[in-house]
Amino acid sequence: MIVRHAPTPQALSAVSHRALPAARAAARFSATVPTLQQKRTFAEVQEGTPKRTYGGLKDQDRIFQNLYGHHGADLKSAMKYGDWHKTKEIILKGHDWIISEIKASGLRGRGGAGFPSGLKWSFMNFKDWDKDTKPRYLVVNADEGEPGTCKDREIMRKDPHKLVEGCLVAGRAMNCTAAYIYIRGEFYHEATVLQRAIQEAYQAGFLGKNACGSGYDFDVFIHRGMGAYVCGEETSLIESLEGKPGKPRLKPPFPAAVGLFGCPSTVANVETISVAPTICRRGANWFSSFGRERNQGTKLFCISGHVNNPCTVEEEMSIPLKELIDKHCGGVRGGWDNLKAVIPGGSSTPILPARLCGDQLMDFDALKDSQSGLGTAAVIVMDKSTDVVRCIARLAKFYHHESCGQCTPCREGSKWTDQIMQRFLKGQAREREIDMLQEITKQVEGHSICALGEAFAWPLQGLIRHFRPELEERCRDYAAQHGGPALAGGWDHDAVKKGQLVAPGQ
Amino acid sequence: MASKLNPFRIAHISRAIAPAKRSTPIRAFSTTQWRRSDNLNVHRDSADNNPSIPFKFNAQNEQLIKEIVARYPSQYKKAAVMPLLDLGQRQHGFTSISVMNEVARILEMPPMRVYEVATFYTMYNRTPVGRYHVQCCTTTPCMLRDSDAVMKAISDHLDIQPGQTTKDGLFTFSEVECLGACVNAPMVQINDDYYEDLTYDTTISLLKALQHAAEATGAGGGAAGMAGEAGKGAITGEDRNVKSGSEINEQGRSYTAQGVKVPTPGPLSGRNTCENSKGLTNLTGEPWGNEKLRTDGAL
Repeated sequence: MIVRHAPTPQALSAVSHRALPAARAAARFSATVPTLQQKRTFAEVQEGTPKRTYGGLKDQDRIFQNLYGHHGADLKSAMKYGDWHKTKEIILKGHDWIISEIKASGLRGRGGAGFPSGLKWSFMNFKDWDKDTKPRYLVVNADEGEPGTCKDREIMRKDPHKLVEGCLVAGRAMNCTAAYIYIRGEFYHEATVLQRAIQEAYQAGFLGKNACGSGYDFDVFIHRGMGAYVCGEETSLIESLEGKPGKPRLKPPFPAAVGLFGCPSTVANVETISVAPTICRRGANWFSSFGRERNQGTKLFCISGHVNNPCTVEEEMSIPLKELIDKHCGGVRGGWDNLKAVIPGGSSTPILPARLCGDQLMDFDALKDSQSGLGTAAVIVMDKSTDVVRCIARLAKFYHHESCGQCTPCREGSKWTDQIMQRFLKGQAREREIDMLQEITKQVEGHSICALGEAFAWPLQGLIRHFRPELEERCRDYAAQHGGPALAGGWDHDAVKKGQLVAPGQ
Repeated sequence: MASKLNPFRIAHISRAIAPAKRSTPIRAFSTTQWRRSDNLNVHRDSADNNPSIPFKFNAQNEQLIKEIVARYPSQYKKAAVMPLLDLGQRQHGFTSISVMNEVARILEMPPMRVYEVATFYTMYNRTPVGRYHVQCCTTTPCMLRDSDAVMKAISDHLDIQPGQTTKDGLFTFSEVECLGACVNAPMVQINDDYYEDLTYDTTISLLKALQHAAEATGAGGGAAGMAGEAGKGAITGEDRNVKSGSEINEQGRSYTAQGVKVPTPGPLSGRNTCENSKGLTNLTGEPWGNEKLRTDGAL
């Protein structure tokens, strides 16, 4: 019995047998039968808690019951499945109770950064807030533009009352006087449906003066954006709402101190706001029973790309990626083995190669451990037929187009990386330019006012981290086809001979 | 500059221009063609876009403007600039300089502040667009589901490239960034409507249907928005062409705008919205109601 592997209990017992030659032979004969007995430890009870698996959310625990539009979006059908039920009682509980419920539920912001919502909301009720006579605003970020993400759209056009009620509940928690919902301009239909829902709520007395008969005054307004991705950033969204170009502001002061129209305000994602009333109604314990520690709750996942049946689905947090794809989307096109890579949380999270996807859990911490992020939980699946360089090059172009142009590192960096990626697409580059690209992204990261700098740097870093051989191969292919490797900057290998002026030192 | 014109320099230049055999490369003054950005942030007067063309909001829009301005604090009237420019664009067909000036006048703000906004956001068309503005999304999720075929279908059928308008002024074709319907990729947005789950063939039949609709109304290019109520819905909620909730699933595959049937927005593959097209994987039972609420008596 030669033991090569790590000393398992069985192996240790084998060592002890070797010390007693007489028992050794006996053990060798009986080795097949009593293995089970040998595994047993002294205490004869199962050690540790059973491993919990995630996923498999039941319909009775889904918050967005009208995700597929089986029911109407009007007030009557919304009330049938629980909206606006006991809203008055929730509001009368006061801000401390609502915030403590949200804190206890473990809800983290669903817009991408994953900041604990209860904590964020509590920043609005700073010391002496009630002595301030200024109005206070809740701003709902419905400027959903992250490639891959289409969850807020489904909430707004099928479950608009969840959002409207959420505005009231979250607004009460932060003692706001009004909520502005900033919808991206392309969502004309969604804005119309939401506007109808708001009017129904006003007519039923749920909004406006004495909302729900609780003595609390609250208004909800819609503001439509006009097609700028950067307006999804909170300070930029505030600028845009004030009728200016959407260029982010420096923080501090944070919006909770000086925000919309110079008043205290908080920006929150549609999904975060929409789940708040249900959490209050069904209890924080119910919501926190899903998902791993610090990543609790349910989440809308949008799975797009190379799956058999792309869909949006509400699932438990921490669901394994494989189960999410296999169960709800009919699997990867051509089977799981045909998987090449996955972008797990919208375009600005780094790509994950297939080898990391097998046992990947979908939550904030697990994906952070894999050097990626949950972001908005927009899973973009790519099978083996994908040109992964082209996918990321397209994202580089996206960020080049969407950079607002305020901070130099982002404005120039997004253009450079776009140009470099266009050359890598053809292989018209040198291998050392991969490191240059990495360096540029590192220089941009953290040096811009808003997170767009990181957003365009991370996918590129992910590509270099996991698909560097592919980039190098492209350079070699180009060299083989064109009689020599391209010079840095994309010049032909014989540019000097042709009399073209190229950078020195090549 | 004058020093550069001395005879020595001129001799030097003439030597440089001469086709002498030199080992060191020469760089000419300008070798590349002038290529203007497709979205130049500069206004240049033209026949259809100059400040002397009058523009006034019509009566319906005057009403809407009142409603919009009431949503913002009275000292921050300028917050209404974006919705107002949108209304002006819908009425006029595009955001001309006169629309911007009129908005500046109404909101009592410097015209330059309006120009800043109008040039920053991509949804303001500062040049005339066709009756149908076909915007094809080509960002990665759509690209993975073959938006190249959709792009090809549009340029094949209409014989235009992105950024161009057809000769009859009916279609303008743009390539745009993510439109936020990635689960229903690939997709195009035509005016306010999303058409999703497209293929090469369905794209062409969609374009044909729109052409047919325009012929039937006898509408030329460059007219204001197709749906007469467009723009009103997002402000008052009244737009009978907008479907919500379960109505999304009852699509008659066409809606009427100005007396003509237009294909209904939504997925053109037969699925209803964002569900699994091979049958539901969840939400199959009856919805839960109030029986699931908390039992600890906190409410």
